[in-house]
Amino acid sequence: MATENPTSSEYIKHHLQNLTFGYHPENGLSIAHGADEASAMGFWAIHLDTMFWSIALGCFFIWLFKKAADSVTAGVPGGLQNFVETIVEFVDTNVNDTFSGKSDVVAPLALTIFVWVFLMNLMDLVPIDFIPRATEEMGIPYMKIVPTTDINATLGMSISVFLLMIYFSIKVKGGGGFLKELTLQPFSSDNFVVQALLVPVNLLLEGISLLAKPVSLGLRLFGNMYAGELIFILIALLPFYAQWALSVPWAIFHILVITLQAFIFMMLTIVYMSMAHEHH
Amino acid sequence: MNLNLTLVGQAISFAIFVTFCMRHVWPPVIQALRERQEKIAQGLAEAEKGAQRREEAEAEIATMLQDAKAQAAEIVAQAQKQRNEMIEKAASEATAKQEQIASKAMADLDREVVGARESLRKQVGSLAVDGARRILGGEVNEGSHSQVIDDLIKQI
Repeated sequence: MATENPTSSEYIKHHLQNLTFGYHPENGLSIAHGADEASAMGFWAIHLDTMFWSIALGCFFIWLFKKAADSVTAGVPGGLQNFVETIVEFVDTNVNDTFSGKSDVVAPLALTIFVWVFLMNLMDLVPIDFIPRATEEMGIPYMKIVPTTDINATLGMSISVFLLMIYFSIKVKGGGGFLKELTLQPFSSDNFVVQALLVPVNLLLEGISLLAKPVSLGLRLFGNMYAGELIFILIALLPFYAQWALSVPWAIFHILVITLQAFIFMMLTIVYMSMAHEHH
Repeated sequence: MNLNLTLVGQAISFAIFVTFCMRHVWPPVIQALRERQEKIAQGLAEAEKGAQRREEAEAEIATMLQDAKAQAAEIVAQAQKQRNEMIEKAASEATAKQEQIASKAMADLDREVVGARESLRKQVGSLAVDGARRILGGEVNEGSHSQVIDDLIKQI
């Protein structure tokens, strides 16, 4: 909020602006003031707020679970261990139900995704002005505290998942097997000429469906969280005495949404990993 | 909402978190879970085994009890029989003894009666001889008349 009494549109825009640090053609290496400057920085800029909150939450996850893992016992578990075990068991059950292959990566990957995404989504429930207002007092103009409302964060994860998919596909099926999967499905023929004609069609179809996976994975989470955040912002435009009437129901509903989105992201990752490990 | 380096940064931190989780978080927790599962399964199996063993022991106790009861009954029956035998034997012995004593007493009595009768006879004989001598005035010789006197005594 650069001005004392921002208009509604200014307020909304301000809340949707990340703290972007990068090289501006005119201002040099600096923090962007406004969306125009941020887009002028192009690709080689970084969202400091997204990075800070996601890493902080990731470290919190790692710290909490490491603490539980260090004092873990097969005997009677303590409170923290119980809590951690519940989550681990939940993830493990889902992995075992969905993923038929054998891999040391998939289950920890799913756990990390579930908890990390959940924590990042959870930031959505922090009252929308608390932290941005506080950091503004400290001289930081923008602060988006929900990393999953930044498309870079969700796509960063979904692309990592995508790369893992390709890695495991090639590792399990070999480069040739992976290529065959892309070119000999869904249409195939015994006739060599017809098959040769079908290869480009198959490649197009399979290529699109392959590429659609990370995009849909990232955009689904981003879209849900962005929309939720936007509604919180809109509710915050109401007079302060009326906000609770809408923000409380929405926040309660959002508890479901953030958990569900974290779960969906995890489940889809497991499914994609399972597909990468399967032979056709 | 621009795509920028954040994407790469996010991917890197994601990779680091996953790696850390894979190395230091997941294995110990899941191992503990498996161990506990095994422990519980073992405990349940042992409990079942214990219950089975108890049942077996109870059955054994029941048979033992039955045996003991049968044995006790046998012992009691035997004892009773023995007692009866002993009583019978004692009774018969007592009867025999009694008869023996009675017959002996009877024999003694008979002998005494005979003895008494003998001495009585003798006394009566000598009295008769005495009386006869006094009456006859010494003519009766005990030596010469003993034949007669003995006959008399025998007739008494």
